[in-house]
Amino acid sequence: MDYLAQQLINGLTLGSIYGLIAIGYTMVYGIIGMINFAHGDVFMVGAFVSLISIMLFGVTGSTDVVLGVSVLIAVAVIAMVIAGVYGWTIERLAYRPLRGSFRLAPLITAIGVSIFLQNFVQATQGARVKPLQPVISGGFVLYSGSDFTVRITVMQILIIVLTVILMTGFSLLIAKTPLGRAQRACEQDIKMTMLLGIDVDRTISMTFVIGAALAAVAGLMYLLYYGVIDFFIGFSAGVKAFTAAVLGGVGSLPGAMLGGILIGLIEVLFAAYFSSEYKDVAAFSMLIVVLIFMPQGLLGRPEIEKV
Amino acid sequence: MTQSDQSHPSPVAGIIKRSLITLAIAIILFVPTLLLKTQAGGGSEPLYLLYRWQFFTIGSGLVLVWRIGYELWSWNKAHQHRTRKADTKPAPVDHNLGRFVGPLFLVAAIVMPFMPFADRYILDIGILIITYVMLGWGLQIVVGLAGLLDLGYVAFYAVGAYSYALLAEHFGFGFWICLPLAGIFAATWGVILGFPVLRLRGDYLAIVTLAFGEIIRVVLLNWRDFTGGSNGLSNIPRPSFFGIPFNNGPDGFAATFGLEYSTLQRLIFLYFLILALAILTFYVSSRLRKLPMGRAWEALREDEIACRSLGMNTIMTKLSAFAIGAMFGGFAGSFFAAKQAFISPESFNFMESATILAIVVLGGMSSQLGVVFSSIVMVGGIEALRQLQFLKSIFGQDFDPSQLRLLLFGLAMVLVMLWRPRGLFSTRTPTVFFREKKSVSASMISQGRG
Repeated sequence: MDYLAQQLINGLTLGSIYGLIAIGYTMVYGIIGMINFAHGDVFMVGAFVSLISIMLFGVTGSTDVVLGVSVLIAVAVIAMVIAGVYGWTIERLAYRPLRGSFRLAPLITAIGVSIFLQNFVQATQGARVKPLQPVISGGFVLYSGSDFTVRITVMQILIIVLTVILMTGFSLLIAKTPLGRAQRACEQDIKMTMLLGIDVDRTISMTFVIGAALAAVAGLMYLLYYGVIDFFIGFSAGVKAFTAAVLGGVGSLPGAMLGGILIGLIEVLFAAYFSSEYKDVAAFSMLIVVLIFMPQGLLGRPEIEKV
Repeated sequence: MTQSDQSHPSPVAGIIKRSLITLAIAIILFVPTLLLKTQAGGGSEPLYLLYRWQFFTIGSGLVLVWRIGYELWSWNKAHQHRTRKADTKPAPVDHNLGRFVGPLFLVAAIVMPFMPFADRYILDIGILIITYVMLGWGLQIVVGLAGLLDLGYVAFYAVGAYSYALLAEHFGFGFWICLPLAGIFAATWGVILGFPVLRLRGDYLAIVTLAFGEIIRVVLLNWRDFTGGSNGLSNIPRPSFFGIPFNNGPDGFAATFGLEYSTLQRLIFLYFLILALAILTFYVSSRLRKLPMGRAWEALREDEIACRSLGMNTIMTKLSAFAIGAMFGGFAGSFFAAKQAFISPESFNFMESATILAIVVLGGMSSQLGVVFSSIVMVGGIEALRQLQFLKSIFGQDFDPSQLRLLLFGLAMVLVMLWRPRGLFSTRTPTVFFREKKSVSASMISQGRG
């Protein structure tokens, strides 16, 4: 029971990371109906930007929580801005010219961008894994049993709290701002939105920027949580986050978060109780099972194909 | 006066402004990649940052030059008032090209091993190229003909390789028994995977096949008792010349045919083996195109809803494409295991799938000749990159130029899709038409008329 509680905390942390990446997939899919295959690699770039920024600030191993948190917020902002520019550039150069082309064309360019980004980072940053000392250490013991203690680290609290804040802000952005209204309009009917005088290209660009910024925060969290990154992390994290988006229902924002948390829990629990070597198999099989038995996901609407 | 000013505003200010914006974006993109490098210290030392101003300046400068060049080009284009016909009509593709160049390639491929320059290195490259050509043709059935984006093709390659290795190890089967079995196994896996997922739309299918490829790889990596885990399987028996082994013994190939023994003989045999397999793939796939099945694939690719409305069994059609594509992947995998005599899960990662996909895409989705061209360019390109040792003096000693291979692939995939979305060498038009051909080009597709 204690063991389970500990795994639930770990799964929730990991799920928050997946949920933030999944938002980017689900938003882009909802609006222009393509899988942004390079999204996982934008997450990876975000993790590298975070690593470099943390090193520029030169704060590691500090026990001063206030200093640590303020540095991390600054790092998160830098990572969001730079990853946002990456997202914007990718959309502008690789996807926008192909809007209205045949269906597989943007998907193939997306794969091309993904391969390019991975190898660009490998060539510029080196292929070795990059370790980082913990920026904030410390934690709380929640429960101390006879043979097992349940603990939550400051880092985990930070990740969960930051996710909640970002999700709240993001939901407000979608619900209340003109940009959010334009995005919802695009999701319903892109042609009609265009006729109503909304700059659809700009709205789509902003969607990519927001998705990339959230993925960058997820990259920062991944870096802090695991303490080690390399140029290849975007691949499996991307597929898992996509699974999360599908599980929650593609196009549904609460669904993406829910799916993220479920995938995080599935992965952690599978690793804890069955085999950590096959945890990726568990997550990937989940994707196949979900797509077969409920392609509309938990909170999504069934998709109607139109001619 | 003011009117003429408005109709012809000075372009220079706009060009400068847009170029500077591009430069600013490039700087933001390049600071965390080209400028700052996280360098690992020795041993357990923490990372430190390396500043590389020379890369950063070169990279940003190149982007600036590109942008200014682009601006001047489009300004120049806008001020030429003649009508441009070339843009609305696709470049004519010579459909007879394949008729002459194809046999030429075949003859060149057949005589190549007997040329005096054909040493071990050349033959190895030849085998590699033809393997990729075969894989490309196999994947082309799935992606190019049936329009199903399969990102896990390497899984079937792995199934073929491991089924030969394991059958030979546990049952002592020879290559010639294992080859068809490997094809059958791979096709069966294609059906097992395809049956549930082929109801899905194109992009979901892509992700599921990707996930499937990863599942196969992870299982191969971790099922140590059966697959040897990351150590792989070694001592896979080499194929024999219809029962005659390639060794120096009295029963060997050289002794039987009264030739002088040479290790090259085995390599030449393997070369012709993969050539024969590739030709088989070519023959089957080009025959299939002309059968009702192939027509159905093309129709499905062009419009799935129309096919279903006409009562076509789309699941069976997709499944057949998937299974046949997988079968050729299995053949190629079985050959790969026989040639290498050693296989490990590392040979079957996603990048291999991406490489094969890149070959198909760059070559033109349904041009068989295009696959040959792009395989040669790709493998040759890797070899050429390997020769570029002078890059080490720029990028530092631990830089491996062949690392740039995938970087260039990714870039080429994007550029080809932007330039000619339907492939480099082919226009991807259906083989049969009602009344007349529709013209297809990038610019027409962007106008919604493709």
